[in-house]
Amino acid sequence: MTTQSTTEMPSASYVAVILRVIKSFGLLRESWVGMIGAFLVLFWVLVALFAPLIAQFDPNANILPFAKPGTMAASGHTFWLGTDHMGRDLLSRIVWGSRTVLTYAPLATLCAYTVGILMGLQAGYRGGLVDDILSRISDIILSFPVLVLYIIVIATIGASGINIVIAITFASSPGIMRIVRGLTLDLRNRDYVAAAQTRGESAWRIMLFEILPNARGPLIVDACLRLGYVIITIGVLGFLGLGLPPPDPDWGGMVNETRQMAMAFPYMTLFPCIAISSLILGFNLLADGLREISLRD
Amino acid sequence: MVLLLLKRIGFMLFTMIAVSIILFMLLETGLTGDPATRVLGNFASDAQKELWRNQQGYNQPVVVRYAKWLGNFATGNLGNSIRYKGPVKEVLLPRLWNTAILGFWTFAIMIPLSLILGVLSGMKEGSLLDRSISVFGILTTSVPEFASSVFFSALFVFGLKWLPGTSAMSGGFEFKQLILPAMVLVVYDFGYVARMTRASMAEVMTSQYIRSAVLKGLPYRQVIIRHALRNALIAPFTVIMLQINWLLSGVIVVEFFFAYKGFGALLLEASLNNDIALLEACAMVAVVVAVGSQTLADIGYTFLNPRIRFS
Repeated sequence: MTTQSTTEMPSASYVAVILRVIKSFGLLRESWVGMIGAFLVLFWVLVALFAPLIAQFDPNANILPFAKPGTMAASGHTFWLGTDHMGRDLLSRIVWGSRTVLTYAPLATLCAYTVGILMGLQAGYRGGLVDDILSRISDIILSFPVLVLYIIVIATIGASGINIVIAITFASSPGIMRIVRGLTLDLRNRDYVAAAQTRGESAWRIMLFEILPNARGPLIVDACLRLGYVIITIGVLGFLGLGLPPPDPDWGGMVNETRQMAMAFPYMTLFPCIAISSLILGFNLLADGLREISLRD
Repeated sequence: MVLLLLKRIGFMLFTMIAVSIILFMLLETGLTGDPATRVLGNFASDAQKELWRNQQGYNQPVVVRYAKWLGNFATGNLGNSIRYKGPVKEVLLPRLWNTAILGFWTFAIMIPLSLILGVLSGMKEGSLLDRSISVFGILTTSVPEFASSVFFSALFVFGLKWLPGTSAMSGGFEFKQLILPAMVLVVYDFGYVARMTRASMAEVMTSQYIRSAVLKGLPYRQVIIRHALRNALIAPFTVIMLQINWLLSGVIVVEFFFAYKGFGALLLEASLNNDIALLEACAMVAVVVAVGSQTLADIGYTFLNPRIRFS
């Protein structure tokens, strides 16, 4: 696949790549794994979009504590998933919580990718001092175990949506840089790069039009997987009590609040866990399906 | 090679110093809020804060304080924990040992499992075995540690009643209590390593020299073991070493969930209680472990890959 694509599209590669990615989405029906993933992601996106219509209760209203799933409320609506220890409807909280996740996770991933790709191309292609400086910076950041970094940063500057995006960009872009750098180190010795250099193309052009498109396979997979990791991170921060400030619904925070009661009321903890796992699974399966299809032709 | 080794170790020390500066800036200076307020609380009077600052030497210039701080760290004087009312070292060491035990078992199970599965599925890309392993790996990696802790607890603790729900080890060390935390970490981590191994193996399998090896009639077994694995296991080596870094994050969640008296839970506790000396010590330990493993990964990678070693 690499030899074919590298010889066929020297300069119009971006259009080709974008077309191919779009075509891959159309072809997704050939991969049942990818279909399930796309379905799960689409499901949560729709839930997030239509949250006000789906949720029948105010997610922060204390209505009836410890109601079992299926209990009728005084208003005539049903607590389909029951209520938590503070009497808040679990379904409404999960539905509104999907908005939080699906806003911050893609935003943070996009920021991290932009920074990471630019740094990685520079480091891998130019080498020498640029590589040394960028690699050292990324080493320093990567040398913090991610969660340790988050805990320290958020414990000192406080928890908020924007702080979480900044922290994630800061902590993930070096990882992306490393991947891009590794791919670039390998690709820059290829014949077609030498050919482009001989043609006198600028370094930026070679990086963005010769090297990056040919590094796309691993990067697309990584991007989808990373989106999953970012969702995990947001969930974990919520679980550790470092996420968005209460009382607004946040899946990780819901698990933390109710896990002490898991023995007596397992549904309170299980439902948010199922929600977050299914969304992450959706992105990961989608990534897998896309990769499988993009490799097929 | 010796030069390279020295260079890497030099960079390692440089990284640790840079990290210590970041840490010092975040926790000990006014950059992110007054440390006196953080330690004494919002209701402390100005006079109390001033007294505390004088006692702790906070009124000296930043550079002097950093030098002293680093000196204390290097000589093993980690200060006193506010919460545990004792030297940080005495609190930290047993916790580190506990986490080391947990980490050892996690890796002892995770590495062989993920390498074998990764190689098996990468050998024949697209086969039924490959697809099954792949989907299973995705499934386990998609469940965050706290969620799988919940699922496993629901199944093994509340449902089947086989395992204890907490791992506090209050009655001495008990292997049974280690099973759930280790299981959660393995289940979460192995999918990623297996995936990377598979990708690397699949890439090698499509390369020209493997095709020649097959075409010249070598037995398939020999092609895999003598030709493919040597190149295919270079990338997973790095991934596994970097996994130590991930594990340090994972143990925070798992230890918090199962009340395991380990290093990760201590770090979280220190951060939530504003126990600065303890938090600094924990963070530095985490960084030293992580930087050390990364340096090993770098040296190992260069050593394993002749294309980089000789260029």
